[in-house]
Formats: sequence, C-alpha cells, structure tokens
Amino acid sequence: MSTWAARLENPLSARLRDPATTGFAGIFLGAFAAFLAIPPIEARAFVWPIVVGIVAAALGIWTTTRGRRRLGWGAVVSGLLGIGLGILATRSGTENLKSVFDATLIAQTFGLATPLVFGAIAGTFSERSGVVNIGLEGMMLMGAFWCIYGADKGGTWVVGLLLAAGVGGLLALVYAFFAIHLRSDQIVGGTAVNFLALGITGYFFVQLYHNAQIPNGVSLLPNVHFLSGVKFFGAAIGDLNVLTWASFVLVIVAYFVLFKTPIGLRIRACGEHPRAADTVGINVYAIRYGCVVLSGMLVAIGGIYLSEGPQGNGTFLFNMTNGRGFIALAAMIFGNWRPAGAFGAALLFGFSSAIALRLQVYSPQAGTLFQALPYVLTLIAVAGVIGRTVAPAADGKPYAKQ
Amino acid sequence: MTDPGPSPAPEQAAETGTLAARLALKQRAGGIVVPIATVVLAFLMSGLVVLATGHNPLLAYRDIFRGSGLNWVFHPTTNILDISAYNLSQTLLQTTTLILTGLAVAFAFRCGMFNIGGQGQYIIGIVVANWVGVDFGGMRPLPHILLAISAATFAGAAWAGIAGVLKATVGAHEVISTIMLNWIALWGAEWLFGDGGPLQNATQPFVPVSDNVAKSAQLPVFWGAQGFQGLDIGIFIALAALVVFWALLNRTTLGYEVRAVGFNPDAAAYGGINVKKNLIRAMAISGAFAGLAGAVDMLGYLYHYGQLDIPVSQVGFLGIAVALLGRNTAVGTLFGALLFGSLAYGTTHGLNTGSVIQPELAGNLTYIIQGLVVLFVGADVLILYVWNSRKRLRPRQAPKSARSAKAAA
Repeated sequence: MSTWAARLENPLSARLRDPATTGFAGIFLGAFAAFLAIPPIEARAFVWPIVVGIVAAALGIWTTTRGRRRLGWGAVVSGLLGIGLGILATRSGTENLKSVFDATLIAQTFGLATPLVFGAIAGTFSERSGVVNIGLEGMMLMGAFWCIYGADKGGTWVVGLLLAAGVGGLLALVYAFFAIHLRSDQIVGGTAVNFLALGITGYFFVQLYHNAQIPNGVSLLPNVHFLSGVKFFGAAIGDLNVLTWASFVLVIVAYFVLFKTPIGLRIRACGEHPRAADTVGINVYAIRYGCVVLSGMLVAIGGIYLSEGPQGNGTFLFNMTNGRGFIALAAMIFGNWRPAGAFGAALLFGFSSAIALRLQVYSPQAGTLFQALPYVLTLIAVAGVIGRTVAPAADGKPYAKQ
Repeated sequence: MTDPGPSPAPEQAAETGTLAARLALKQRAGGIVVPIATVVLAFLMSGLVVLATGHNPLLAYRDIFRGSGLNWVFHPTTNILDISAYNLSQTLLQTTTLILTGLAVAFAFRCGMFNIGGQGQYIIGIVVANWVGVDFGGMRPLPHILLAISAATFAGAAWAGIAGVLKATVGAHEVISTIMLNWIALWGAEWLFGDGGPLQNATQPFVPVSDNVAKSAQLPVFWGAQGFQGLDIGIFIALAALVVFWALLNRTTLGYEVRAVGFNPDAAAYGGINVKKNLIRAMAISGAFAGLAGAVDMLGYLYHYGQLDIPVSQVGFLGIAVALLGRNTAVGTLFGALLFGSLAYGTTHGLNTGSVIQPELAGNLTYIIQGLVVLFVGADVLILYVWNSRKRLRPRQAPKSARSAKAAA
C-alpha cells in the first residue's frame, strides 16, 4: 500500500529507483555494451564497451542491495559479458565483423529457428495435455523424408507437406495408443519412436532412392519476396520462407488456442489434473489423442523445412535432423511450456546456430562449441539457477479412466 | 531375482505408476516368455516391411544370422580366417559395448531413474580414454591401461553424476538433464576431435580424427590380430561388470538401498535411507558403466576416434533397448546385448552378397526392430493383459477397481 502511495506522489523517480527497473536496465546495458562494438554502430575504441559494462554492473550491484539479488547478479554478469564480448569485437578485423553481423543474420536466425518453433509448439501441445513427447526428433525426421517423397511423386510441395503431416500424425497416433491406452512409459515409448523413425526413413531412403538419388528439381517451399531494395529490412525479412512466416502465425494461434479458448482450457486441465477434468465431463483420452496427433503433424511440418526449405534444397540425408527435435524439446522447456516462451527460446537457439555458422570466418572450429549452447542453457534452466521452469503437473503420467 | 519388500498384486502395481513398481510387475508377469514374445513380434512386423518392399524376409533373416557369425556354433573353429569365426568375433566386440551401455541404463532403472544419457557418458569415456591413451605414452602397459580405464570410468560417472546431483538437489528430471548432457558431450567431442581441436591428430591438420592410443594402452587381443579389430580382452571386462552389477545390487547394502529407493522413495526415506545420496550414487555408478564402455572400445579396437564417428554411434541408445529387453537384470542384459550385437553387426557387415537385401537396407532394419522391441517392451498393460488371459484362460478387460484408479490419480 505504502509503495503505491509513494509512486502516486512521485511516480517517475520512484519507478527509476525501483530495483526491478535498475536490474533490467543493467541487463539491457550489458547487452548494449557488446552491441556497441559490432555493426552498425561499430565503436572501435575498447573504452566504450568497458564504460557501459561497468555502468551495467554497478546498476546490478545497486539492485542486489535493494533486495532483488537474482536480478542484480544477472545484471552484473550481463555487464561483465558485455565488456568481454565488446573488447573481443574491437580486437577483431572489421571485415570479419561485417561478415558475421549483417542484416542476413536476422534472416538466418529466423530460418534456423523455423523447425525449432514448429517442434517446440508441437511439444507444448502434447505436454500441456499431459503426454511427454520425447519422440519429436523421430517425427521431425519422418516429415523431412516423406515430404520429399510426396513432392517428388505428387509434383508439388503441397502434396509433400500433406504427406509429411499425415505420416507424422500417423506415427504420433501409434505412440499415443501406447502412451494413452496401453499406459506404457512415455519416455520408453518416445525413445522407441525415435528408433523407428530412424529405421523407417533410412530403410525407405535406400529402397526408394538408393541412399542418394533424389531427382533434381523437386518442388521446394517457396520464399516470400517483398520489400526488395529497402535497406536492411529487405535483407532481413524480405526473403523469408513461407514456412517461416507460417511459424510466426502458428505461435500466435497456439497462444490463443491454449490460453484464450475453452478447448485450450480443457487441454491444460488434462495436463494439470486429469481426474478433475474427467469429473467435469472432459474426455481426457480424446483430448490427449488429439494433442499428440496434432503435435506429430506440426513437428513433421517443421521437419519439412530441413529437406524442402532453402538450406535443404530438396535433399535428404540419413538422420538429417541430428538433434534438432531435441533442441525443440529444449526450447519448449526453456520457454516454460508456453508458446511465446518457446518461440523466444527457439529464436535464441536459432541465433546461436547462426552465429556458430558465421564464426567459421575466424576459425573452422570456433563455432562448434557454440552448437552446445542451447543444451547448456536448458540445463541451467531446469537446474533453476535463473528462474525455475515448471512442467504441467500431470505431464508424463498415464491416466486410467474410472 | 530376490526382491525385498512386499510384492503387490500385478493389477495394483500397474496402477501405482512408479517406474520401479511397474518394472517389478514385469519381472513377475511372464518370466522370460514376454521378452521372447516381444522379440518375435518385432521380427514379424519388420518382416512385413521387408515383404512389402519386395524382398524375402526369411532369406533376409537367414543372411543376417549368417552375417552375425552365430552359425559358428554349427562348426566351431578357432581359425579366425574362417568367415563365421571372424563374424562372430566382430559380433562379440559389439556385444561387449552393449553389455556395458545396457548395464548403465539398467542400474539407474533399478533406482527408479531413466538414464537416457548413456550415449553422452560413452562419448566422455571415449574422449578421456583417448586422451590418457595418447598423451600418457611411455608408461608400462599394465599401469597405462588401468589408468586409462579408471580415468574414463570416473569421467563417465562424473558426467552422469551431474544429472544425479541436479535431481537430488533441485529435483530436475533426469531424463531432461541427461538428454541435454548427451548433446553437450557430443558437441564437446566434435570440438575436441575437429580441426584444430586439442585431441586432433598431430600429423594431418585437415583430418578431424584423433591420434591412435599408444601401444602400451591397447588391450591385448586374444582372437584375431592386434590392430585389425581382433577380439580383445574387453569382453572379459564386460562379463566381470555383469557380475559386479549383480553382486552390487543383490549382495551389498548399497544395492539394497538403491533398490529400496527405486521401489518407493518415500518408504525408503521412512526406513532411514538417505534418498538423495542414493540417487546421486546410482546415477554415478550408472555413468561409470557407460564410461567404461567407451574406454573398452577405445583401448580395445577403435584406438582413435573422429568427428564423423560421433553422430553415427548409437550404442548408448541401443543400451536402452538392451536393458529394457533384459529387464534390468544381469543375465537379461547379457542376452539382450548378444541379440542387439548380432543384429547390429549381422545386418551391416554380414550381407556381403547383397543378393537378398542390400546391406544398407538391412542396417536400417536393425533400427526398426530395435524400435519395435522398445515399443512393445514398454507396454506393460499389454503384458498384463497377456498374463491375465493366460491365468484365467479367457480374455478380459484391464481391471478398473476404484482403489487402483485412485492410486493412479
């Protein structure tokens, strides 16, 4: 009550002295310290990142003494990282810096994040309804392979997309039957799905294409062209893939469905307390089946991007996903089982992959360790160092009807 | 198996939901019949895939059997130049690894945890064994081997121990943390073995492969030729590990506590057992088995490792299938490892004629069979259904008593 009264008396200065404000300002300044040294600002004197970083750390220390310890230490770390990265950037060549940080970095981030966004949203649906989906990796792999087959035989990527979603949904249906009706352990079932997908895609890749010979000119996912010629934005978002735009739409739709509609309330009820949901007349099995199948279809569509997107360019490789399904799982956990959080985490992981690819201008190996970053961050997140992630209460627990 | 504590009726155990209780149920429901039925079912369904794609499944399975070298038992010989003897030695090499990665999964299971991170712990074992084997050259053979093996084992234990500590202290689910640790280990190894990485070989700067371990660190080969993937003494290490696993679980206080926590952590805590300590301990021991697997592979026949080997290796994940099929017992793991070892080698290398089914096709068949085995083995209600109908000689619905349903909620 008293704090509100104080704010009413002197709103602006009270806000500025609020530890939450100073803490977030410190974190932001820490990031800004590193940002100063890279294009487009590109300060070449290393004193600038140091000054801004010290201000950030000072704000952090102020915040810790005002009670928000965790936030404060976050700001201190952010400031120190900003100083370190900023100095590193001023020491490196201008040409290299330009090739790492340009407008296409944004486009590449969105591109690399696309399968992760689909996978993370798919996982969110499944786990919000109470079914853990470790099999995302396998379902994504199925999508990557069968869309090529569909596009090759059907003549257009639309057929490929439909076939991929169908096969992904079918595999998810098999998994759902074991996880829901037979109440088998969901981690074991998901592991089985990953093995099965690896075997099935590998088998048919040999059987249908002799391990390599996918014909050239398979219909690919088109890019959406606009803003051509506009500085920065043209390169950043003017040439994104149609699936990337679809992933943005998916995040918004998923948020509204899960949190603003009756069906979303039912899904979440099944994930938190299936017995209560059953008592008020919700068909827990039907909701869970629906969510798992939807999850399989979505993650398979995400897999399409790997083979039919701009990077895949109509090729398939054995075990093409190479852990991206698990990164999507990590993004879902890191995003705390929420569509917006999952989207943010997927973008962060996509950004780290893009940086990893671009750091090769410094040395071929510099980027490799960067690939582990999503997993390290998720490990830190589940350890609860920076705010604990909380899974749905009934996540992974089979439900027996009465 | 001698399980302590009360043995609940199968119906009850299935509903109470804890992993260990469900596993205990499977232990009782059907003996060795269910794993065998699972395998037969998996082979049948994979056979249908082979048939649907225009190949003869029976001939394919015959070729896989021959390729695995198991036909050696019909005309045993010690001559390694004999094709079946050579194939058998290769199958046994695979089996050695799978016994150890299987034990890694099984030990954690007995404590009620799912160690899905065997692959990462194996890679850590590979890395450390390679480092000690290469950089500590000039030691005498026995101390060098012992040093490399114990360092790799300890490293695997420490790596898995991270997941154990996270579970015990902040309650982080071990499945999530071991998956993350897997990929961290994989990318870490990619960096170590890659161009310019600390463990990359000294002579060819553009080949992302490590140096060979020193002669003094290589395990003696007793069947076949040293340096040509001969069968090394690693298989005896694996067999010894099976005995250690059994004795540790069934004949020591540690094993009793680990199993008690696995059955019911609350009851174990009530009985005065330190649950957190046992979670960490079980995870570390589990990782030690996987780390040992990496060491035995590295010192036994691989000698070096490269960037390209890392994503191809699946032995840690295969260990899950081995342990589940073997029901997390020592004997079961042995047979599970032999089955998957024969499949892994028999499908990829044994089909040299290629007349029935291409080797690449058959290699992928292993993953399908493996996936189906894991899928069926995890469905204990299906097993329960079989068990009940066998007992009562008529099919019936799964029981739906009010009490058991309450326990599930």
